Amino acid sequence: MYVAVKGGERAIAQSHVLLADARRGDAAVPELSIAQIRGQMRLAVARVMSEGALYDEDLAALAIKQAAGDLIEAIFLLRAYRTTLPRLADSEPIDTSRMRLSRRISAAFKDLPGGQILGPTYDYTQRLLDFSLMDESAEIGTADSGPSPNPVETTVAPRVTDLLDRQGLLESEACPAGDPPPPDLTREPLLFPVDRTARLQNLARGDEGFLLALGYSTQRGYSTTHPFAGEIRFGTVPVEVFVEELGFAVEIGEVELTECQLITGFEGGSEEAPRFTRGYGLSFGHSERKAMAMALVDRALRARELGEDTEQPANNEEFMLSHSDNVEASGFVQHLKLPHYVDFQTNLELLRRLREEWEANHGNTAAPAEPPAVPATMEAA
Amino acid sequence: MNATTAPVQAGYNFAYLDEHTKRMIRRALLKAVAIPGYQVPFGSREMPLPYGWGTGGIQVTAALIGPDDVLKVIDQGADDTTNAVNIRSFFAKVAGVATTTRTTEATLIQTRHRIPETPLAEGQILVFQVPIPEPLRWLEPRETETRTMHALREYGLMHVKLYEDIVRHGRIATTYDYPVIVNDHYLMRPSPIPKFDNPKLHRNPALMLFGAGREKRVYAVPPYTDVRSLDFDDHPFAVERWEEPCALCASTEAYLDEIILDDKGGRMFVCSDTEYCAVRQEAGHKGAMAP
Amino acid sequence: MSIHQELDLAHMQAAFAAPVRDAQTCFRALLEGLARPGRIQRLADIPVPPAGLGAAQSAILLALADRDTPVWLPPVVRSAAAGAYLRFYCGCPLATRLADATFVVVSTLAGLPALYDLSLGDPEFPDRSATLLVEVASFDSGASLRLRGPGIADEAELRVADWSESATALVQENRRRVPLGVDIVLTCGDRLVGLPRTVHLTAEGMACM
Repeated sequence: MYVAVKGGERAIAQSHVLLADARRGDAAVPELSIAQIRGQMRLAVARVMSEGALYDEDLAALAIKQAAGDLIEAIFLLRAYRTTLPRLADSEPIDTSRMRLSRRISAAFKDLPGGQILGPTYDYTQRLLDFSLMDESAEIGTADSGPSPNPVETTVAPRVTDLLDRQGLLESEACPAGDPPPPDLTREPLLFPVDRTARLQNLARGDEGFLLALGYSTQRGYSTTHPFAGEIRFGTVPVEVFVEELGFAVEIGEVELTECQLITGFEGGSEEAPRFTRGYGLSFGHSERKAMAMALVDRALRARELGEDTEQPANNEEFMLSHSDNVEASGFVQHLKLPHYVDFQTNLELLRRLREEWEANHGNTAAPAEPPAVPATMEAA
Repeated sequence: MNATTAPVQAGYNFAYLDEHTKRMIRRALLKAVAIPGYQVPFGSREMPLPYGWGTGGIQVTAALIGPDDVLKVIDQGADDTTNAVNIRSFFAKVAGVATTTRTTEATLIQTRHRIPETPLAEGQILVFQVPIPEPLRWLEPRETETRTMHALREYGLMHVKLYEDIVRHGRIATTYDYPVIVNDHYLMRPSPIPKFDNPKLHRNPALMLFGAGREKRVYAVPPYTDVRSLDFDDHPFAVERWEEPCALCASTEAYLDEIILDDKGGRMFVCSDTEYCAVRQEAGHKGAMAP
Repeated sequence: MSIHQELDLAHMQAAFAAPVRDAQTCFRALLEGLARPGRIQRLADIPVPPAGLGAAQSAILLALADRDTPVWLPPVVRSAAAGAYLRFYCGCPLATRLADATFVVVSTLAGLPALYDLSLGDPEFPDRSATLLVEVASFDSGASLRLRGPGIADEAELRVADWSESATALVQENRRRVPLGVDIVLTCGDRLVGLPRTVHLTAEGMACM
């Protein structure tokens, strides 16, 4: 007698209980608060907001907590919530030249109007584990932490690219005629070929690891761009909404953004004078690696537009944009966990038949005999 | 009736999707029905289930479903596999609709990888979950190219691929997701159903809708529409048949799953459509290993 | 100028009583209509339409039109209550050119536009094509139409009052352009019949209309 496996419903309910337990961990250790995650894991929060495509630090922190720190799962949670939100208004385009800067560096110029602002960065930390952080009783300010930082002056400075632009050395990026509304990838399917606005949306939501690896490939010769970090800036930018009844735009809040403008050479041609071109990256919160990788990939994907070679993976628009999304990729990779008995059975059956024929043809009697073929399959039209 | 209902989840719109999204999907579905087998791009939304786990089928079902519907969800032919259970309970939660395991009671059937054995009727809609909608994808990965090939009905590549199978293996080696031509025009992937199920696509009285969430396409086979599995005159399309009947219900008509019973080569074959099998057993049909 | 300044809200007719449910039932009837050409579907509990629209036409637009779907109305209908009604409830733009419209409202068979003035889609995207909502006088009298094609088991029969040879010619030419083409929904009060582009249509009894 055989009884088929049943009870999927109970198994799922039980799995939820075990998951809640596993997420909480040792009950003797205090529960994480949303404020703690938001305040002390700000870079994780930034990534979840960027790739989750929703600027809400509390919800991103909640998602990180619920996902037990699995950032791709947290991004998925935020995206699934995001789709249920009504769209009340479209903001005016943000203006990053109005950014109140926390950090701003240029690798192309030693000094420039507004200056270099190092700000909070891991860049020069020497990466030694700081064991003092294990002592959770240490209060802020009680440790001898050396010179206290200068009170932060809010600085606004022109973008490096604007400075070059004024000299005519950098390609200009004029608003297209008629200022058409950009496509919205959260509402419309991505159809190839795509324009740059749709591409940048895709990359802004794209997986940091994917962009990092493919951006890196362009630096190792799998593309022909040689970029300079024209400017990387991080700070807060006001968001404004135009109110029809009032006839002007009203500030509704601010967002933290990281912007990267890479500058690359362009040889020009008979039609065009040589000039610099750019790759662009923008992400929510403080996320320089993402913004830089995005800018590298953006520039690599401009190869067709600029008449350059398009041989390499990072130049291939369909390849890049179809595989950049980690929610899509994670779902499809992991769907292999779902049952595939039916398709597997069809393959198994075919393989057995091909094996039998192969063995018959090769007179291979040494091979272990298959058990009598039940089902011996007949083909019928 | 073994149909059951549940209250609707507070805080969400009926059937989860907002009305604007439903309108967009509904318009896409109407065009899909009007152009049988053509893949209509649509603004697929992020769903609270992972891509690859039925988000296309779920969005199609969400755009279709109403309070009077009776929903059945199957995966691999079974109502009680975990993913089928999960999707069914999702709709019970967000739409409060009646659910059933009985094929004949259902107005909407969402499926992954099978078409039920019990013949479908007019008034029923079968919604397929589709992982990769593009039949030419493995032959030509570029969307811009495959789109043109469909427009020109340029399907020679697929015939070459099948012919290469014959040269190498003596037969067409595609056993599931077997390509079909719909209404004498579009080449279509029927989703990873075994080719055993392909004949059920042909002139079926029910409406068949296909949703690919991650790939953002919907397509349709209207009722009574010609669906031809690709083949060659000297290698006609053929389906699997088993010499042994189902070990539980003795059916000789159904697609059978192989179950491994022990580590000594013991195995049995049972219906993959669990409801069909159960109904037959209730009606007194007994296989060799029936309880 | 904002929409609201133009609207006379005090005299605005009611739309769906239960928008989520009513939109769903209308859609399902229309889906069934296009999936089973020639078979008459009745829309239950739909609101009284604004002047210029049939009840089914109005309900279909309430269910499916929005800011993403330009709707073309005959000029007299557009300037009447129907134009304001659709803009208020659906937020849909009112197309001034037939070729821009996703939905094209036709008030009588005599007012059928020329096929090539409509959006027929393009070979790579045949779905980017118009849907016509054509009000007819009756499904109980008039020419007998024979239909074949996807959605029809063998042959379907339909009667349409005031059917004309030019209507037959339009449907037949539309069929020849498949996969391009428009999809037609004949409406009569609260009833509808689908004639998707795939339908083969022949007309009989034109003399005894």
